[in-house]
Amino acid sequence: MNVIVCVKRVPDTETRIRIGEDGRSMEVTGVKFIMSPYDEYAVEAALRCKEAAGDGDVRLVTLGQTDSQETLRQGLAMGADSAVLLVGDVTADGLATAKALVAELEGTDAPLILFGVKAADDDQQQVGPMVATLMGRACVTGVVSFEVSGDVVRCHKEVEGGSEVIEATLPAVLTITKGAYDPRYASLKGIMAAKRKPLDEKAAAAMEGRLEVVSLSPPPDRAAGKIVGTGPDAVPELVRLLREEANAI
Amino acid sequence: MANVLAFAEQKEGQIRGVAREAVGAAAVLAGELGGEAHALVVGAPGVSTGAAALGAAGATSVAVAEHAELGDFHPEAYATVVAAHVRDGGYGAVVFPATIMGKDLAPRVAALLDVPLAGDVTELKVDGGAVSVVRPVYAGKAFAEIRLAATPALLSIRPNVFAAGSGGGDAAVTVFTPEVDPSSWRQRVIERKSEGSGALDVTEATQIVSGGRGMKDPEHWGLLEELRDALGAGTALGASRAVVDAGWRPHGEQVGQTGKTVSPSLYVAVGISGAIQHLAGMRTSGTIVAVNKDPDAPIFKVADYGIVGDLFEVVPRLTEEVRALKAKG
Ligand SMILES: Cc1cc2nc3c(=O)[nH]c(=O)nc-3n(C[C@H](O)[C@H](O)[C@H](O)COP(=O)(O)OP(=O)(O)OC[C@H]3O[C@@H](n4cnc5c(N)ncnc54)[C@H](O)[C@@H]3O)c2cc1C
Ligand SMILES: Nc1ncnc2c1ncn2[C@@H]1O[C@H](COP(=O)(O)O)[C@@H](O)[C@H]1O
Repeated sequence: MNVIVCVKRVPDTETRIRIGEDGRSMEVTGVKFIMSPYDEYAVEAALRCKEAAGDGDVRLVTLGQTDSQETLRQGLAMGADSAVLLVGDVTADGLATAKALVAELEGTDAPLILFGVKAADDDQQQVGPMVATLMGRACVTGVVSFEVSGDVVRCHKEVEGGSEVIEATLPAVLTITKGAYDPRYASLKGIMAAKRKPLDEKAAAAMEGRLEVVSLSPPPDRAAGKIVGTGPDAVPELVRLLREEANAI
Repeated sequence: MANVLAFAEQKEGQIRGVAREAVGAAAVLAGELGGEAHALVVGAPGVSTGAAALGAAGATSVAVAEHAELGDFHPEAYATVVAAHVRDGGYGAVVFPATIMGKDLAPRVAALLDVPLAGDVTELKVDGGAVSVVRPVYAGKAFAEIRLAATPALLSIRPNVFAAGSGGGDAAVTVFTPEVDPSSWRQRVIERKSEGSGALDVTEATQIVSGGRGMKDPEHWGLLEELRDALGAGTALGASRAVVDAGWRPHGEQVGQTGKTVSPSLYVAVGISGAIQHLAGMRTSGTIVAVNKDPDAPIFKVADYGIVGDLFEVVPRLTEEVRALKAKG
């Protein structure tokens, strides 16, 4: 079964965010970039899908600058078969990203297109369902595990206070969250093989972003807290402070 | 001059608290844009019963789309109904709650209307007729101010951040029956399980008791459950990634960069060291309390109040004191 996975290059989650000189973007010097963690789950899910079916191709798609090659090679090293880099600007506007991806995905015969539930940088949680809506496909978001049988994909999802099983008709779009798909490490052999796998590069369809980042700022500093005390004897004072000073209970 | 629409989420026929927050945010925007705040409820027949009460949250009128097939959230059908209503109403802005439902629904509506969406917003304002928002990025490690250039401005608001508005009395309610064609649906919920009573999602809780590896064993969670119960309704259990990865707790409880981002009024971190990825998810909480035996644990850098000590001694005492306080009223 053919599966397409959309992946994004993002700063490592360990990164302390420094604001760039323009006051509107992140300072990137010295920052390590990785494949967005949820996209790794999606790649793992796609690989397992292919393995279960016994045939098919896993193809990665990303919109980004040429440095996103690295991200694609990482996915190829995990076991994906091919990749395409749409070279273009990534803006804050998820709909513009979705449209650029759709321009590439339109007409694909892959029954499944997988996304991460959210990108670890902009955290919008929107590109997957937007792509599905634009392509007129079923879309299940926040999937922790799924099984394909015939032309149906059965998805497991966590919701407030419980869980749901959702069946969708293929072709479908799924956004994957943490659950059953702990990503495999790339083996040395995988890393070597990845260098020879096809990685196409082409210009992305030009899409104007309509969300303008005016400024980027660090989170408000939290005033230095206080250690109320040591051990259980400090509890009454803590509770008093919570009630009288913080108004929190 | 433009009106603003709030999507008023319901669950099992009851309009939810976050719906009042969405209406409150819509009322703030409407005030700036010189229009009125309206609300839209989508649900099964009968859901209109509680609709008029949204007037008290700031809505002047409430439209209710009632259909027997719309009692439970169906993404495609809901998106079609909402998009049509937004188009017909000529709204200047639309506010969704950034709940599990809202995060699924809003991007679809945005795609149908061909306008961008700002998700999980924590502040909003109007500048020269254009809506600007602030939203956390990099999992809360920075905040971006974003100008929404297109109309309508679509946004979803983080739960627990905006207050419900204060309106006059009841809002005017109009009920209509949208066209729904279930035979065209490409997806369906075939099974729903609830995790017992009181399992509130961390993103919607007003208080969170969160446990980390310091808890030592999943069997010790009874301690945290007792504290949660003592704190009362609106309190949820959270977890660090270490305990989720160990399989002690479900992923739905994970707070942090690869879990949920939360802003409850009270966050109690028990046996959690405070790694950067964990802090990213909870640093905007109102009051943070940390219990940790290591005085150098980074969690104490963001905590308003800390107790250095063995959680197995501190937490039961805390539960007891909170209970006593609540009993006094
Ligand atoms: C890509 C990526 C994403 C991540 N995303 C997340 C995320 O979303 N959320 C998240 O939480 N983490 C995340 N992490 C993991 C994070 O880096 C930490 O490993 C994790 O948060 C540690 O969990 P912990 O605080 O429970 O455990 P530990 O760091 O082991 O801390 C346990 C704490 O308990 C204290 N303790 C032990 N015994 C007692 C006792 N008896 N009484 C009192 N205190 C005690 C110790 O002093 C210690 O501070 C991520 C990591 C990566 C690489
Ligand atoms: N520039 C991009 N290129 C490819 N896929 C992307 C891009 N941006 C977002 N995505 C996909 O959409 C998901 C959700 O992103 P977001 O809506 O930005 O949180 C990500 O996990 C990716 O799967």
